[in-house]
Amino acid sequence: MNCIVCLKQVPDTETQIKIAQDGMSVVTDNIKWVMNPYDEYAVEEALRLREKFGGEVTVVGVGPKRVTESIRTALAMGADKGILVDDPSAAGSDSLGIARILAAVIKDLDYQLILCGKQGVDDDYGVVGSVLAELLGIPQISVVVKLEVSEDGATIKAHREVEGGTLVIESPLPALVTAQKGLNEPRYASLPGIMKAKKKPLDVKTVADLGLDAAQVGEGGAKIKVLKLSPPAEREAGKMVDGETPEEKAANLAKLLREEAKVI
Amino acid sequence: MAQGIWIVAEQREGELRKISYELVSEGRRLADQLGQPLTALLLGSNIKEKASDLGKYGADKVIVADDERLATYTTDAYAAVIAELAQAHEPAIILLGASVQGKDLSGRLAAKLGAGVAQDCVEFSIDNGSLVAKRPIYAGKAYATVTYKDSVPQIATARPNVLELNEPDESRSAEVVDASFSLDDSQLKTKVVELQQEAGGKIDLTEAERIVSGGRGMKGPENYNILEELADLIEATVGASRSAVDAGWRPHSDQVGQTGKVVSPNLYIACGISGAIQHLAGMSTSKVIVAINKDPEAPIFQKADYGVVGDLFDVVPALTEQIRKLT
Ligand SMILES: Cc1cc2nc3c(=O)[nH]c(=O)nc-3n(C[C@H](O)[C@H](O)[C@H](O)COP(=O)(O)OP(=O)(O)OC[C@H]3O[C@@H](n4cnc5c(N)ncnc54)[C@H](O)[C@@H]3O)c2cc1C
Ligand SMILES: Nc1ncnc2c1ncn2[C@@H]1O[C@H](COP(=O)(O)O)[C@@H](O)[C@H]1O
Repeated sequence: MNCIVCLKQVPDTETQIKIAQDGMSVVTDNIKWVMNPYDEYAVEEALRLREKFGGEVTVVGVGPKRVTESIRTALAMGADKGILVDDPSAAGSDSLGIARILAAVIKDLDYQLILCGKQGVDDDYGVVGSVLAELLGIPQISVVVKLEVSEDGATIKAHREVEGGTLVIESPLPALVTAQKGLNEPRYASLPGIMKAKKKPLDVKTVADLGLDAAQVGEGGAKIKVLKLSPPAEREAGKMVDGETPEEKAANLAKLLREEAKVI
Repeated sequence: MAQGIWIVAEQREGELRKISYELVSEGRRLADQLGQPLTALLLGSNIKEKASDLGKYGADKVIVADDERLATYTTDAYAAVIAELAQAHEPAIILLGASVQGKDLSGRLAAKLGAGVAQDCVEFSIDNGSLVAKRPIYAGKAYATVTYKDSVPQIATARPNVLELNEPDESRSAEVVDASFSLDDSQLKTKVVELQQEAGGKIDLTEAERIVSGGRGMKGPENYNILEELADLIEATVGASRSAVDAGWRPHSDQVGQTGKVVSPNLYIACGISGAIQHLAGMSTSKVIVAINKDPEAPIFQKADYGVVGDLFDVVPALTEQIRKLT
């Protein structure tokens, strides 16, 4: 069973986000770049499926050269090979553009399952997976917290989280799933894993290599245009609730919530 | 030329979900600005009687796609039907809920129509005839204002619990029409096997008006009963920090934060939660934030409207007691 994992590189979740002077982008100096946390679940699930069914795990990323590092991390976790599409014309792509590039890479590969993260923790879109599935003409199951593959490797049964419950969905393969926290506990790259990863194949491609027209991707091909970035509204300084004893504090808080905030 | 605003209503087991009314309310405001009609799409099985409610909240027209195969949401069926209808009627804007369903559907629909999609928006406006949407990025550490370029239609999903709800107008009614669509069984690849409802039928965190959350300060799973008791009293849903979830005290679905649920309730009470950046990202758009923590230096107090320094094992039960006295 061959799996493909789409990997996005994002700023570490610890990052304080600062908006650049142009008001259009985020300051990227001193950012620690990591594999999107949801993609770690995707990599882990692919590795577990390989352990059970055999086959190969290929990691595909679109982005600048620094993304190589995150692909190497996935290879060190155990993935077999990596493909990076590094092309200036891809910069400024929206979800549609990224999915077009991924589809162009993946369409010629032999695969049964594609795994993406539920969403990138940078732009919080959560769109690339479903666009990619549509472009490839395969079914999608998103926000998956449990995945079972039938013994014959022909169908999957996935549990997806919905408001107030879980939906169990069956799909034939090939299919695309997006990983939600809870799917598994991602492994750490071991030292031998890191050594081995250095020798694993990592192809770098351009948009032209994929036979894509540069006008379909990047800013030119984007249907979504960012007008500006802004910081969140400052919250006004709150008050500390007085009281000598916990009971007094609780009484004062209850009163404030009822009379001032009017929320209970 | 593409004309009109569509909203995709959401139903589960034949009942309209609150987000549907939020979408109609917002759609009405935008339609008035544009001077164009507002249409609601309602997909389901034996669902037609629900159409009138959408009219009361402001829809001019409701297109009902009634089919057994649409009873429960599946990506395949819903995306196929909505894309076909959109191609036939050419709306300028389609709004969906940023619910699990809407977020699953939006990208698929956008790809089918070759359109742009803005996910999880909290504010909309019209500028020069185009939709402008404001959406949190980095889990709310910043906001992006986006618009569309050569996109027909302009697709967006709206975060639940954020948009203002209209007062239903009993005298308003919408024109209700049956959708004409051709849904071929060969398009339906996935199958819903089962819906496992959470016990107690509690309101999901993303839709809750009030949330009481507990973190590592709760010390163990057995102590959440004091939060449950408070939550029951004020009709709140119980949430958790990642530490509490990773310790196995609470299920993953309870986690609030950057890698959990992003919530916007009217009231968020954080108990024994320090206020790590990833947690704050998930709840800082709550209208009123209360923090109960024994460490006066805990970062959560910088975000709290009301801070109580104290032992949660004393303060929480006392708070429950005091609120009970008020009611
Ligand atoms: C990639 C990544 C993603 C993450 N995503 C999330 C996320 O989505 N959500 C999230 O919550 N975290 C997330 N985290 C984890 C986050 O960094 C923190 O570790 C976590 O939020 C801390 O949880 P906590 O506040 O419950 O625990 P702690 O930080 O240990 O805080 C416990 C608090 O309880 C107080 N306390 C203890 N006893 C009492 C008492 N008796 N009475 C009153 N107060 C008491 C203490 O003073 C302390 O402030 C993420 C981390 C990473 C690396
Ligand atoms: N530039 C990219 N390269 C590879 N995969 C991506 C890229 N962007 C998004 N993805 C995949 O799509 C998922 C959702 O991303 P997004 O739609 O951007 O929130 C990610 O978790 C990845 O699996």
